[in-house]
Amino acid sequence: MTQQLDYLKETPSQTAGPYVHIGLAPGAAGFDIYRQELGWDIAGPNAKGERIRVEGVVIDGMGSPIKDVMLETWQANSEGLYAHPEHAGEVEDGFRGWGRVITDFDTGEWGFDTVKPGPVKLPDGKVSAPHISLWIVARGINVGLQTRLYFEDEAEANAADPVINLIEWEKRRQTLIARKTERDGKTVYRFEIKLQGPDETVFFDI
Amino acid sequence: MKPGPYYQWDRRLHPPAKTPDYKTSVSRSPQYSLISLETSINEMTGPRFGHNDIDPLDNDLLGNYAKPGESPIGERIILHGRVLDENAKPIPNTLVEIWQANAGGRYRHKKDTYLAPIDPNFGGCGRTLTDENGYYYFRTVKPGAYPWRNWVNDWRPAHIHMSIFGSAFAQRLITQCYFEGDPLIPRCPIVQTIPDPDAIEQLTAKLDYNGTIPLDTIAYKFDIVLRGRRSTLFENRLEGN
Repeated sequence: MTQQLDYLKETPSQTAGPYVHIGLAPGAAGFDIYRQELGWDIAGPNAKGERIRVEGVVIDGMGSPIKDVMLETWQANSEGLYAHPEHAGEVEDGFRGWGRVITDFDTGEWGFDTVKPGPVKLPDGKVSAPHISLWIVARGINVGLQTRLYFEDEAEANAADPVINLIEWEKRRQTLIARKTERDGKTVYRFEIKLQGPDETVFFDI
Repeated sequence: MKPGPYYQWDRRLHPPAKTPDYKTSVSRSPQYSLISLETSINEMTGPRFGHNDIDPLDNDLLGNYAKPGESPIGERIILHGRVLDENAKPIPNTLVEIWQANAGGRYRHKKDTYLAPIDPNFGGCGRTLTDENGYYYFRTVKPGAYPWRNWVNDWRPAHIHMSIFGSAFAQRLITQCYFEGDPLIPRCPIVQTIPDPDAIEQLTAKLDYNGTIPLDTIAYKFDIVLRGRRSTLFENRLEGN
């Protein structure tokens, strides 16, 4: 008899569906139920570093903005530290580094306020360029899509980033770079996510 | 031994991106391959939640939206189970969130126009943290089936949407829990996006007669398994970054 390995099997993913807001952003579904919804304040009031806004749309294979997307964001603080016990170092009180963002039902626009993350030192001596990890779910997406947002004004760090350099096609690397603009004196980064087509955003299996 | 990188996703257990019988997936599925990364500190970390974030009643859908002294209409159920990883290790203090339609298959969402009525005492969402053994439970009503515009006569099986964080952003998962014996399960194009019949079986909550409260509430058991992780066996070896 062959000996069996005793690993369990993962629970398979299913789409979040069109009514994801009921569970994860009930105010947007149209009702008030929780004392506080989670994920609206990413950096907290005490975070050091540059305050920025990040905005964009998610475009489907027909070129249309998707209006029922939920994104989650995960990032380090301005010193490149994650709010997690496996990453040594203290983050500012109230800094969670995680956010939950939904698109506008009419326009498909999404956006969030945060601080610009710092570069992250990796144990092998390499450095991750400043980036925000994004996880995208929606009706029609069977497994959440993972991508990363990098910053246009970090060209030198981006050129040395170990993940960007894993992408064989230089043209595709550009899909991960958010474009810097300014509005009312505030720095805004624009990041359009294209789910499908010739200029499709790079998605990762992490 | 220190915990190390996560095992790779078993992409053959999960649905592929493009599943044409589920029509919306056709224009929302990437056509290029995913770029594979070894998990680094960027994804071996993830958000953590505590009891300050949520209220004790948040896991009770029979009570969290009902007027005082009233209760939603429908089959009263307990949905409970454990969150484990592939090594069968419990994942404690992790956030589990659920949402669902009411007993008639109607969602409390401004975009749902199905003619079945809203239940004034039912919101349809709940959340909880697993305990130190990875255990969670909710009280709710069993949701009804509902029609959706895919093929002209498609009906979703009764289901509860579930969102689970795990210990790291690399484990983030949203799925749906179905109910044992529902004849709509094999007909559903969303269920059938999953190619492996055993994996579909794993999404089916089992009637748990021992968990039932006599004269009060029926129980269903639903365990969730997230990716496991390697142990770093040798201290002098570079970790997986």
